[in-house]
Amino acid sequence: MSEAAEKKIDIVNIEDTGLDQGIARLTPERIEKVINQIIDTETGVRLKLYVDTCVHCGLCSDACHWYLSYDRNPRFSPVGKVRQTIWKILERKGRLSPAEVRELAVVAYTECNLCRRCQQFCPFGIEIAYMIALVRRICHKLGVTPLYMQDTCHSHSAALNQMWVKEDEWTDSLQWQEDEARDEFPHLRIPLAKEGAEIMYSVIGPEPKFRTQLIYQAASILHESGVDWTMPATPGWDNSNMCMFSGDAEMAGRIVKEHFEAALRLKVKRIVMGECGHAYRAVYDVGNRWNAWKMFPLPVIHSVQFFHELLTSGRIKVREKMPGKVSFNDPCNISRGMGLHDMGRHVTRAFCEELVEMTPNREHNLCCCAGGGVINCGPPWKKKRVLGNSAKAEQLRRVADQGVSIIVAPCHNCHGGLDDIIHHYNLPLKLKFLGDIIYEYMEKTRAE
Amino acid sequence: MHGFYALVSGPLVWVAFAVFLGGGAWKLWRLLSTARRKDVFIHEYWSWSHAVQSYLHWLTPFGSENSRRQPVMTVVTFLFHLGVVVVPLFTLGHLVLLEEGALGLSWPALPDAVVDAFAFVVLGGCAYFGWRRLALPQVRSVTSAADWGILALVAAPFATGILAYHGIGDALLMTSLHMLAGEVMLAAIPFTRLSHMFTFWVTRGYTASEFGSVRHVRDW
Repeated sequence: MSEAAEKKIDIVNIEDTGLDQGIARLTPERIEKVINQIIDTETGVRLKLYVDTCVHCGLCSDACHWYLSYDRNPRFSPVGKVRQTIWKILERKGRLSPAEVRELAVVAYTECNLCRRCQQFCPFGIEIAYMIALVRRICHKLGVTPLYMQDTCHSHSAALNQMWVKEDEWTDSLQWQEDEARDEFPHLRIPLAKEGAEIMYSVIGPEPKFRTQLIYQAASILHESGVDWTMPATPGWDNSNMCMFSGDAEMAGRIVKEHFEAALRLKVKRIVMGECGHAYRAVYDVGNRWNAWKMFPLPVIHSVQFFHELLTSGRIKVREKMPGKVSFNDPCNISRGMGLHDMGRHVTRAFCEELVEMTPNREHNLCCCAGGGVINCGPPWKKKRVLGNSAKAEQLRRVADQGVSIIVAPCHNCHGGLDDIIHHYNLPLKLKFLGDIIYEYMEKTRAE
Repeated sequence: MHGFYALVSGPLVWVAFAVFLGGGAWKLWRLLSTARRKDVFIHEYWSWSHAVQSYLHWLTPFGSENSRRQPVMTVVTFLFHLGVVVVPLFTLGHLVLLEEGALGLSWPALPDAVVDAFAFVVLGGCAYFGWRRLALPQVRSVTSAADWGILALVAAPFATGILAYHGIGDALLMTSLHMLAGEVMLAAIPFTRLSHMFTFWVTRGYTASEFGSVRHVRDW
C-alpha cells in the first residue's frame, strides 16, 4: 500500500493560490471559447490520430511511476490522465465548469512529468505527453497555472531568466566565481561576451542564484581543457524554460530564440549547455519547432556530449578514479530524449571505480518525478510528488543494497527530485553531477 | 430468405469493399494532407528507415520492451491479429466466391481445419480482451460502450462463420448472417477504432521517426 493510503494523506485536495484565483476569474462561456479556439487553431492531425487510434488497452499504465507508486490507481495511468482531460474536453466540446478546469490543471501540471516513457510502452507510439502539454496550454490560456511555476514564468517574461536575476547580478556572479577560481587556477578567466569564441557556455537560472559552485566547476573544466569559450553578458545566458511547461508557448519560443541570438551576437561556433535535461529539451526539441526551425541555427550540445568529447579527445585526463560504487541515473530528456546514455556511462566509467546499473535503465529509465515542471509547482505539491515516486525510491534502494553510495545524475531536475526521495525514504545515497566528479578527479595541470 | 442472401452476397459485398477501401484511403489522405497544413513535423521528420525498424519490432512478438513485460497479452494479441487477417483471406469458401465473382482471380487457400482453428483463436482473443476490460482496473476505467461495440463487430463474423462451417443452425441463414457481419465489420473499419488498421502505420512510423532521427534513441 502506498504511504499516502497508509497514513491517509490527502493528495486530492491541495490548495494552490494560482489555480484557485485562476478559476475564480473564469466563466463557462470563456472556458468554452478558449478551449475550442485552441483545439481548432492549434491542433490538427496529431491530436485526432492519437485520440482516434487509442484502443483503450491500458498497456501504457506500467510505464508510469505515478501509477506504480500510487498502488496502480487507474487515475494515475497515462491513458487515465488522458481520459480525465482530453477525452472530457473533446466529448463536452469545451463546455467545462471552472472546477473542472482546475481538475484538468491538477492532472496536467502535477501528475505528469511529460517523461514520454508511456510513449515507449504504447504499441501505437501515441505521445501522451503531447496531449498533456496541450491541456497545460489550455490551462495557461485560461490563466489557471500553479502559483510557483507561474512565478518562474513571470521571471522569464520580465528578466529572460528563471530566477529574477538582474543583469548586473549575473555578471557579478560570474566575476565572483572567476575570482574564487583564480585561487586554484591563477590564469583562469570566465570570458564574458568574447566575440568569435568557439563555444558559448549557457546555464540555467538557479546556477548563478544558488548553485554558483557549478559555474566555478564548469569554468575549471573549460580552463583546464584549454577550449576557447565565453558566456554572454546579455540575456540569453539562461537556457532553462519554465514557459515550455506552463503552456506559454509564445514565451517559450522567445526564450529559446533569445538563447540562440545571444550566441549569434557573439559569433560563436556552437553552444554547450550545462547539465540540465529540460533546458536541453526546450532548446533541442521544442523551442526550435516553435520558431519554425527544423533544426537550430547553430549546433548545441549537452554537457554530457561535451564531457565525452573532452575525454575522448584527451583534453581532460583522469587523475585518479573516484573510489566506491556509483550508479547512473538516466535523465529522461537526454536519454529517452537524445540517446546520451552511452556517452554518460563512458564518462562515468572513466572517472569512477565501479558503475553498477540500476534497472530499468537507459532509455527505459523511470522518471525522477521532478521533471516536466512538476517540481516547479512548488511546496504545495511536494508531498504528493515525493509519495508519487516510491517506485524510483525502490529502484534506488536496490542499488544502495548493492553497495552503491553515489548516484550520478547529469540533470538539475533529477537532482531536485532524487534529493527529495533520498531524504524522505532515508536512502544512504549522495548525488553528483558529472561535472562534480570531473572537477574533483581530473588532472589539474594549470592549477597552482 | 433467398432475397436476403442475394442482397448480402451481391450488392452489399461491393458496398462493403467500396466503403472499406474508399473510406480507408480517404481517411489516410485527409490525415496526411491536413498534416501538411497543421502538423508539418510529421512530414518533415518522417524517416522510413526508422519507421520500418519500429514496425518490425512492434509486430514481432517480444520485440519490444513492453511486450516482454506482458507475455500473455503479447501472444494473444499476435495470434488474434494474425487470425483476423488470415481467416478472411485464406478461407477456401471466400476464395471460391472471389474467383467466381467479379474478381476472377484467387490464391491458394489454407486447409479448412487451419482457418477453423484460427477463427476460434480470434474468438478466444475477443474473450481475452473482454476479460481484460472487466478484470483489470486500468483497462476497465477507460472502457466505454464503443469498446464493447468494436469487440462485438469483430467477433460477429468469426462466430457466425464457425456456426456456418460446422453446420450449426440453418445453413442459409447462418451463411447470410456471416456475410452481413463481415460486411458490417469491413465497412466499419474506417469509421471506428478499428481504423487503427490504417493509422497504426502513421502513429508508429511518426514516433519512430522522432525517436530515431531526432532523438537518436529506439522506440521499442
